[in-house]
Amino acid sequence: MISGDGEGGSVEMETETTAAASAAVSATATAAATATATAAATTTAPDALLTVEHLSIRFGGLLAVDDLSFSALPGEITAIIGPNGAGKTTVFNCLTGFYSPDVGRLLMRHSDGAEVYLERLESDQIARRGRLARTFQNVRLFPRMTVLENLLVAQHAELMRGSLYTVGGLFSLPSYRRAQQAAVEKACRYLNLVGLLSRADEEAGALAHGAQRRLEIARALCSDPVLLCLDEPAAGLNPSESKTLRHFLRRICEEEGLAILLIEHDMGVVMGISDHIVVLDYGRKISEGTPEEVAGDPRVIAAYLGEEDADDGSTSSTAATA
Amino acid sequence: MAYFLQQLINGVTLGSVYGLIAIGYTMVYGIIGMINFAHGEIYMIGAFVAVIAFTLFAGFSFFAALLLVLVFAMLVSGFYGWTVERLAYRPLRHSFRLAPLISAIGMSIFLQNFVQLAQGARNKPIPPKVQGGFTLLNDGGFAVQISYLQIGIIVLTIMLMVGLNGVIHTTSLGRRQRACEQDKVMASLLGVDVDRTVSVTFVTGAVLAALAGVMVTLYYGVVDFFIGFHAGIKAFTAAVLGGIGSVHGAMLGGLLIGLIEAFWAGYFLTEWKDVAAFSILVMVLIFRPSGIFGHPEVEKI
Repeated sequence: MISGDGEGGSVEMETETTAAASAAVSATATAAATATATAAATTTAPDALLTVEHLSIRFGGLLAVDDLSFSALPGEITAIIGPNGAGKTTVFNCLTGFYSPDVGRLLMRHSDGAEVYLERLESDQIARRGRLARTFQNVRLFPRMTVLENLLVAQHAELMRGSLYTVGGLFSLPSYRRAQQAAVEKACRYLNLVGLLSRADEEAGALAHGAQRRLEIARALCSDPVLLCLDEPAAGLNPSESKTLRHFLRRICEEEGLAILLIEHDMGVVMGISDHIVVLDYGRKISEGTPEEVAGDPRVIAAYLGEEDADDGSTSSTAATA
Repeated sequence: MAYFLQQLINGVTLGSVYGLIAIGYTMVYGIIGMINFAHGEIYMIGAFVAVIAFTLFAGFSFFAALLLVLVFAMLVSGFYGWTVERLAYRPLRHSFRLAPLISAIGMSIFLQNFVQLAQGARNKPIPPKVQGGFTLLNDGGFAVQISYLQIGIIVLTIMLMVGLNGVIHTTSLGRRQRACEQDKVMASLLGVDVDRTVSVTFVTGAVLAALAGVMVTLYYGVVDFFIGFHAGIKAFTAAVLGGIGSVHGAMLGGLLIGLIEAFWAGYFLTEWKDVAAFSILVMVLIFRPSGIFGHPEVEKI
């Protein structure tokens, strides 16, 4: 047994640093019982923006996601963590329509009462009707367009209407000019927020990696989402960029009232900003709860470190941050 | 000198037509990464519609008839372009790369034979509609002439180019097309309807090809079911020369191919002008596959 006779120390966390966070993961805590209870329960909060219920998808013999249920609340950051190959990105791919799940329901409940089942929609409708935006592990900008144009693409629906489906745009009618101006203003607001306003006319492909990541988030925001799915936004960022990102995500979450769904390996980011964490391993949810609860859950520790190493403190910090 | 000038005028006229067709190749290649080998046939259908429509509207004044013919040819060819995309390409979008290529060639053969059966294999002439022109220069008995028709073709082509450039670079539709060209998955995640954008691109190419067809009908006064093949390959050469995927490249490539053909026919052997054009294709493919304006695929390791 791993957890039964562990040290009963309380889980204290300094959420700003990765070292502290991983230390928290490694602390064998007594919160096991409560964490087990949360993991087993299907959390379907009535005010949830996104409710995933019994999501399962199989690729040949591999059950990539197995009966996963969780929900994301507006104004909160929900992190999905787990070892490599746990099925995190597969969940995102189901949400954005790349995969259609074998079983399960992906329900978006908007503030106006509209209910949208994402699994029934095509990718482009998920963006428009589900109001869900996504970024990728490897940045996917339109590299041969300018920074500003990247953001205008995200607002094309308003612009198409404003331009009377292109005809007006060609002759630059007042309605198109107004729509264009509104779109540019909105783009500039988000560019300012991510600190790229001065580079609006540069080609997106020429930006540095960190700036490309920020631009990708700004572009996602321009499509007017209520749920923002970020796939490893801190990957490849240096510590100071990563810190800025944390503040930025917290800020847009609070100011725009967005829900953020986050896949991240950087435990400093995850523990620092998440309101709620879902832990996957081999496609199954093994734990769920606040950062403190999850960090203390012996099953999470086991999944990250391997069972036999669970009480070996020396390997824990490297493995948990990896 | 006078002879040179005359060939230059002929070459630019011919080049305009090739350029218009080449744009259809290059835009479709840009957005779905595939050569639409049925594009030449769309142009041929445009030319046939022009013959039929000119005959139908024979009683109208020339400009009224021309306007009607242009609209008619654009509508019919646009419809063909849309249908070809729906039937032959969209079902194969996620299939292996060779599949749409084969179905494109199949579509091309089908359309050629369809027109041959429906319209007959014989040449279809129309009486000359526009005659006369300006004499620019009279040099020792050799008069350099530019006909009204040549002026019309060049002017219309320039207008279309400017308009298309405007659509691609300043409108939301153009941005959508460029976004789909660079990353279809991401574009759809931002709410862009990729299927519709691809359809619009096919129709745009078909409309430009139809206009080229109308102009050629007026210029040569005769069409047959096989012209699409010839013009198609020439325009394809032009698109490759300019850098496939680049609209400016297609225009410039068209112009160059037109000029090469005109000068070759003027100074060497008319019978061998196709050889000249196709040698260019071979040479470009060997020495500079990305063409004049193409950006070479750089693989990051």
